[in-house]
Amino acid sequence: MEELLQQLFNGLSLGSIYALIAVGYTMIYGIVKLINFAHGDVMMVGAYVALAGTIMGLGFIPSLVIAMIACAFLGVLIELVAYRRVRPVSRLAALTSAIGMSLFLEYTMMYFVGAEIRTFPPGVLTERTYNWAGIIITNKDLLVLGTTVVLVVFLQFIIYRTRTGKAMRAVSYDGQAAQLMGINVNNTISITFFIGSALAAAAGMLIGMYYNSINPLMGMMPGLKAFIAAVLGGIGSVPGAMLGGILLGMTESLVAGFGGSMYRDAVAFIILILVLLVRPTGLLGKDTQEKV
Amino acid sequence: MNFRGKKGKPVALLTVLVFVLGIFAAGCGGGTEESSADGDTIKVGVNLELSGEVATYGTGIKNGAELAFEEINADGGVLGKEIEVLVQDNKSQNREARNIAEKLIGEGVVAVIGPATSGNVQAEVPVLTDAKIPVIAPAATAPEVTYDEKTDTVKEYVFRVCFIDPDQSQVMAQYILDELGLKKGAMMVNKEDEYSIGLGNAFKEFFTTNGGEIVAEEGFITSDTAFKSQLTSISSKNPEFIYVPTYYKQVGLIIKQARELGIELPMMGADGWDSPKLVSIAGAESLQDCYFTNHYSIEDPAEHIQSFVKAYDEKYGATPDSFAALGYDAGYLLAEAIEQAGSADPEKIQEALANIKDFEGISGEMAIDEKHFTVKDLSIIKLVDGQQTLINKLKPER
Repeated sequence: MEELLQQLFNGLSLGSIYALIAVGYTMIYGIVKLINFAHGDVMMVGAYVALAGTIMGLGFIPSLVIAMIACAFLGVLIELVAYRRVRPVSRLAALTSAIGMSLFLEYTMMYFVGAEIRTFPPGVLTERTYNWAGIIITNKDLLVLGTTVVLVVFLQFIIYRTRTGKAMRAVSYDGQAAQLMGINVNNTISITFFIGSALAAAAGMLIGMYYNSINPLMGMMPGLKAFIAAVLGGIGSVPGAMLGGILLGMTESLVAGFGGSMYRDAVAFIILILVLLVRPTGLLGKDTQEKV
Repeated sequence: MNFRGKKGKPVALLTVLVFVLGIFAAGCGGGTEESSADGDTIKVGVNLELSGEVATYGTGIKNGAELAFEEINADGGVLGKEIEVLVQDNKSQNREARNIAEKLIGEGVVAVIGPATSGNVQAEVPVLTDAKIPVIAPAATAPEVTYDEKTDTVKEYVFRVCFIDPDQSQVMAQYILDELGLKKGAMMVNKEDEYSIGLGNAFKEFFTTNGGEIVAEEGFITSDTAFKSQLTSISSKNPEFIYVPTYYKQVGLIIKQARELGIELPMMGADGWDSPKLVSIAGAESLQDCYFTNHYSIEDPAEHIQSFVKAYDEKYGATPDSFAALGYDAGYLLAEAIEQAGSADPEKIQEALANIKDFEGISGEMAIDEKHFTVKDLSIIKLVDGQQTLINKLKPER
């Protein structure tokens, strides 16, 4: 029993890492209808900026803020350079451009910082372990889970309670009509990338600290898993991304913990396929009518 | 000029002929022309990973080998000739390792040192064997680098300075059973990596045939970063230690996450643990009660080892890691073989290398057996607060 609870908790903390990335992923998809494959790599850049901050002696919060601001502008720049002109042409062109951008970020970073793993200097975050009735939890787990919840609430607020959010929803629903109503579509999309990339940077720093190792390819696998989490939860839905991430993490943890560490990914993907067969829009996804 | 005139045609043909011959000569001339042994110097090729994924391995070997040749030349060289070292970067790529081997043959080298990894050595071997040039691999621990078990053939022109992987498993199993007195073990193996699988299988075999028991066996893949599920499962089977034969990147995460889960069991591993990064990933406080097998230890009080550590520090301002020690040994081993052969002819060097029986290196006294496996002592290193301490030296049984 204790082992099962510990495994569920391991899954919760792994899942909240997927959720943390998936939230930004799904938000960009929800508004722009673009699968931003470079999201995981923006996360990686964020981790390096935060690392540079901590090496210069800045604390946890200042490094986090600097990384978020730097990546927010990087995100806007990426959209401007790689997506803006191809976006109206076709979804496939934009997707291809996103894959190209992902590889560009990975290998440019590798050129400048090398492929070696880097670690955060000790003492940036004092680690603590808590033992709750035999279940072991670290403050890093709580930090990641807490940040994810805060971000979900924050995004829901922006999207549903602000003017910018209203503009985002309008653009997402029908870009041309939104433009006719006087909404600046390009600016709205830039703002979406600004927020989404800042979230990626936060995820990058937290994940870098969680595992205490960052490298130029660190965004690849978590980026892919986050994408799956977003699809599982219903891509475009922010609470769905969180739910999908946590479900994926728990499944992986239970499968790996009870004998099948080599089948972990296989089982996770089978569950994804089954869910999509029953609910093609994902767990919390809305049925949207195709526009005529 | 009139190429179409009566005399034109032969002139044109001749031009083409000269041109073609020129290319031919340029292409294959190099090797035969300067049959190195006749010159004033003996040319030695060094083919290493100086950039790319495993650049730290190649750089260590290069520094060690260059230091060795510098000392040898200062001592009057070999057979009265100076050794000329040609260092090339294979960028940690198989194909590049082979191209460089071809280039070095063209330069007329009598032997090649490197590359560092087993995979890159295997890429260059066919080319060098065809040219009958011996290779000394400083750090390729996979048995198949020198001996193909399936066809029972020895790769005649390949030698190594390091031990082979099964030796590491055997020595660790012996140490755990005899010295630590632990009988119940668990293993965590990277199922995508030959090095990890090989060590894991060999360890399991030695440990169980000598009275031990493996109570839990978990796997992971190279891209994994989360290990708590496997560790929780291992911990529920109550082993007395965990054997983690893989590279420092994952070892660091595994030990850190185990300690976070309150698993304070001894952790055991192999030479892939040897990196300063291990301490920065896992944190010094997590690295308690950890043991691994390695090539040598800078703590070894033996005089020749300490004078090597001092010379290395004077030249590079750093402490030499295992790779530097193996590179240094590769340099001296080659010089010894040339001395014994009495000639810098590659085939005679090959014969001399095959007959090495008691070479005293920094990484231990070594002999080369009939499968070109190196027989030597292994160091067992213990980590306390992330600091390495040499606790024992053991010779594997064959």
